[in-house]
Amino acid sequence: MASLQPETVSRPVLETRDLTINFGGHVAVNRVSCAFHAGTLTSIVGPNGAGKTTWFNLISGQLAASAGSVRLFDEDITSLGAPARADKGLGRAFQLTNLFPNLSALENVRLAVASRHRIGHVFWQMASKRRDISDRAAAYLEQVNLGKRADTPVANLPHGDQRKLEVALMLALEPEVFMFDEPTAGMSVDEVPVILELIANIKHQQNKVILLVEHKMDVVRSLSDRIVVLHNGELVADGEPAEVIASPIVQEAYLGVSPDQEPRDSQGAAV
Amino acid sequence: MLNAIFSGDTPRSRPLTAILLVILVCLALGPFLFDGTRAFSTLGMICVFIVVVASYDLMLGYTHIVSFAHTMFFGIGAYGMAIATDAMGNNFTAILVGLAGAIALSVVLSLLLGLLSLRVKAIFFALVTLAVAFAFLSLATQLYNITGGEDGLRVRVPRELGPAFRPFDGELRGFSIVTFLSGLFTEPGNLGEVLRESVFKVRFSGRELMYYVAFVVSLLVFLFLLRMVNSPFGRVLQAIRENEFRAQALGYRTVFYRTAAVIVSAVLATLAGVMFALINRYVNPENTLDFQLMVFILLMCVIGGMGTLYGSVVGVALFLLAQNYLQDLLRLFAAQVPEGGVMAELVAPDRWLLWFGVLFVLSVYFFPTGIVGQLRIWSQRRKPAA
Repeated sequence: MASLQPETVSRPVLETRDLTINFGGHVAVNRVSCAFHAGTLTSIVGPNGAGKTTWFNLISGQLAASAGSVRLFDEDITSLGAPARADKGLGRAFQLTNLFPNLSALENVRLAVASRHRIGHVFWQMASKRRDISDRAAAYLEQVNLGKRADTPVANLPHGDQRKLEVALMLALEPEVFMFDEPTAGMSVDEVPVILELIANIKHQQNKVILLVEHKMDVVRSLSDRIVVLHNGELVADGEPAEVIASPIVQEAYLGVSPDQEPRDSQGAAV
Repeated sequence: MLNAIFSGDTPRSRPLTAILLVILVCLALGPFLFDGTRAFSTLGMICVFIVVVASYDLMLGYTHIVSFAHTMFFGIGAYGMAIATDAMGNNFTAILVGLAGAIALSVVLSLLLGLLSLRVKAIFFALVTLAVAFAFLSLATQLYNITGGEDGLRVRVPRELGPAFRPFDGELRGFSIVTFLSGLFTEPGNLGEVLRESVFKVRFSGRELMYYVAFVVSLLVFLFLLRMVNSPFGRVLQAIRENEFRAQALGYRTVFYRTAAVIVSAVLATLAGVMFALINRYVNPENTLDFQLMVFILLMCVIGGMGTLYGSVVGVALFLLAQNYLQDLLRLFAAQVPEGGVMAELVAPDRWLLWFGVLFVLSVYFFPTGIVGQLRIWSQRRKPAA
């Protein structure tokens, strides 16, 4: 296991061991072992098709692993489905916006809050009578600056707002592990800081695990405690941000392969 | 108070409220507003089918489960009642046994179907329900010593629910809307006479009693479903309809919710089947299990507006009225056109299904969200303008 955090004596919150999935002959994620400790933010980088989102899907249960295991709080959760894993504290925000389009923004968040409070089976009570649930949902909407859009059907929201709602849904689940999959992709420049600040706030709580798939290198550099690099489904580098970004394998595998990165990255490649 | 009864989900459109009120009044005072057995049986069928279609909407409109086995559950209720009274005689014990037996069978079958949806999705699930429904239909026709085969079974209802029973003495009077309106139309000058002619004697028997049982059950089931779809549970069903994948990612075990929806829907359809048997007092494969009936249920749901529940009330009322009275309307038209022409062929009473098809195509084309959906859209558009 390639844990590069010797200073952390606590046990990892989340761990993947030799996690593998193959689609037909293609191995999308190949024996990836990695452990994540509370209070850390780990960025996962790699070129398109490197297996980042697939790895996420294996962790949060959208895909079933071909081999290897996922462990949460030292418990093997590999055989559990997505709902059970969400129940145990794995929160997931999706790269491609994945919401309930004909329900209002508030209703979307309320569904997440209701799941957290396990009241989904209640059929005898009006949903609107659960003020506690609605108020919490409204508060999460406010956190992502969508308070004014509460009653708008999600299908009518601009893309950037949908991205923010995606994050609000994960916040509302109050998970132990936050998995952000390119949370700022497609957002306008002035909206990005809202999300980054939210992520920074979660990080300050010190007791959560944050995983972040992100292409914007400045974001990765400013937020990460650690960077993991995936390439062709394999974990090729893992360590401190500066160290990983400077390592030859990253220069070659990630930054070198994608010459159309932001200017700052190509400058980095020139070192 | 009203808000609690409607579970916060009011019609949200003035014309819709008006339509629903008219339907409610017609059903509540039905035996006193419409003269004749045909009108009476139409009213009874509207009550029964509101339960059938509203429960179907719970699956189709709220959860996006396409099932063709709804008539099977309806048939289980109807046959359960027929077989029980056939074997045990016309008493209330037989009714209770029939009801309990039918519901138990429906719960088991719907539980199996619901769990099956774990493996079989969307169109494939629909095909499986179709196969199960056909298997059940052929069982019902072939096990003739139990079910009476194609001939069906007569339901022996208790005396208290039959025509010979008089719950109370004394004459009751009704006011025939049809006579009144047609009188108003033909001889508007003679209002006094028209009013007098409109009053008719109502013979309140056990059949009327059974009608009111069906009406009250139908009303309660509707309000129950309205509460259910507006509860946290109902929201999860809608979330599954919108995006099942995401509902799972939020921690909802969607199989549990889908199965629950299928079971509730099946039990209510069974209940409707029981009421059908007691009102119609005759059960055969054609009037309970036929595939055409399944298609009609689907049509009523879509015409009224899927996922609105109110749509089931409007859809059922409209459909059954058209089914029962479109022929009469065409007969009126046919009397106006010369015989032998193309026109006469088109408006011949036997062409009612053709015209019904045209009406259906038009309604789906112009009201893709159903009548209720469209009325709500119009009301919403008018609001910001005002």
